[in-house]
Amino acid sequence: MTMSSEPSVSSPGLLSRLSRARPTKPGEIYGVPGHGETLWLSVGTILVLLVIWWAVTTLGWVKPLFVPSPQSIVAKFLDVLQNGFTGAPLWEHIWISTARVFGAFLLACVIGVPLGLAMGMSPVIRGIVDPPIEFYRPIPPLAYLPLMIIWFGIGETSKVLLIFLSVFAPVALGARAGVRSAAIEQIHAAYSFGATRWQVLRQVILPAALPEILTAMRIGIGFGWTTLVAAEMVAATKGIGYMVLSASQFLQTPTVIMGIIIIAAIAYAFDMLMRYVERRLVPWKGKM
Amino acid sequence: MGLEIQTASVVFPGSHGREPVEALHEIDLTIGEGDFVVALGASGCGKSTLLNLIAGFLGPTGGQILLDGAEVQGPGADRAVVFQKHALLPWLNVLDNVVFGLKLRGTPDAERKRVAGEFIDLLGLSGFEKSPVYMLSGGMQQRVGIARALTCDPKVLLMDEPLGALDALTREKAQELILRIWKETHKSVFFITHSVEEALFMGTHLIVMSPRPGRISHRFELPFSHRFLDGVSARDVKASHDFIEMREEVLKIIFADEEDAA
Repeated sequence: MTMSSEPSVSSPGLLSRLSRARPTKPGEIYGVPGHGETLWLSVGTILVLLVIWWAVTTLGWVKPLFVPSPQSIVAKFLDVLQNGFTGAPLWEHIWISTARVFGAFLLACVIGVPLGLAMGMSPVIRGIVDPPIEFYRPIPPLAYLPLMIIWFGIGETSKVLLIFLSVFAPVALGARAGVRSAAIEQIHAAYSFGATRWQVLRQVILPAALPEILTAMRIGIGFGWTTLVAAEMVAATKGIGYMVLSASQFLQTPTVIMGIIIIAAIAYAFDMLMRYVERRLVPWKGKM
Repeated sequence: MGLEIQTASVVFPGSHGREPVEALHEIDLTIGEGDFVVALGASGCGKSTLLNLIAGFLGPTGGQILLDGAEVQGPGADRAVVFQKHALLPWLNVLDNVVFGLKLRGTPDAERKRVAGEFIDLLGLSGFEKSPVYMLSGGMQQRVGIARALTCDPKVLLMDEPLGALDALTREKAQELILRIWKETHKSVFFITHSVEEALFMGTHLIVMSPRPGRISHRFELPFSHRFLDGVSARDVKASHDFIEMREEVLKIIFADEEDAA
């Protein structure tokens, strides 16, 4: 009798595979969840989606008003790149939106990180600051946009402030949670070497909180881009969000999709940058 | 002189309607200069609470702790602590971890390097100065922790199960290393362990603690570490008749406590 006489299972389905153990592979740790390469699958997904998009529009199954073809979006991009949109060149729309988001983001970090650390360190500050943050945090920015405009007018202040508020809460709460990352042994060790409270904050708690702060910043800027379109809804004459909104009013679907892709590209590029910063700044993350 | 603990008690207030817990009951203990005092006992007997008292991380609710006649008010560099784990700073390399205490005190750079070099040599960490600590093995991390505590030249070295997370072989080597360093530096040591064999081998004095309330139930003076430092091999010390006899005696005490608790 040899092994080959076993009944062979023809093309096992996903369910039957899940209900059965898998053989070990040489040189690979067994059972690590989700282990394996994903790059080519992801590239494949994007290509398949593009091909479907292209096929559906080229075969005329959907009207261009609803889903314009990929080619027309590239054409639109080149057109706007050359001739601008509503009197302003494309780079100016991109620049003004980026400045609004990053201005608000920097402001939120400069205020939110120290305030979050202070909240983590001091029950007094936590007691005072926690209720207002927790009150406004779950409210959609669109809901308090009218208030911003009534209070701060239709200029840059209300736009940046709206984005600032959406970034501020996650950054401050992330920094606050980060304070707890330092192990009590690390804090005790520093004190037992005669450290002052300031030294413990500066040299133990802050570095230990850095991974969480960086993660909070990544989440925060995501919220910032989400709020951009809302911020540019009222009385904006430039900006990617404005471009998308005004194009939608004239049913210029290609411009809408182009604007969305530009926002996604900038946000993705920045996230890549943050991941790089994370690898450089906190290579020890999750290792001790 | 040295460290004196006088009728120190710790009562944790009962929260959520529970009874207050007496973690330590009127502890009297003297750690003389150059003594190696080992605390042994079942879980929950208050060994770590006692160490926290000496370190100044916890204030006694009764009695007092005196270091060279002065009352201990809080943590300080004269009582450096070596923790079981999680106490190194992963964003610093080995050298920066070792000099961490000196840096906090503003010791000049040259002096810092000299002292660090000395203890890095002593603990066999030469060549790893620039390594990130999170890349080291558990045994090496623990040696960094000991070097860091020694650089501050403490009067008392407090060790809270420093070898508890190490594998058996590394652990025995570390025991010998700590004894040699103790001999060389003449520090007073307060050492917590769960291992009876480790306690007997390392200490000059042994206190066995019992739970509910945490108290010192037995005290022994030990000859074994001196034998090792006089040149008898660790294995021979641990295999000698009186060592084994004593090990069984102490084990009986601890098991009796465990059964009382159960």
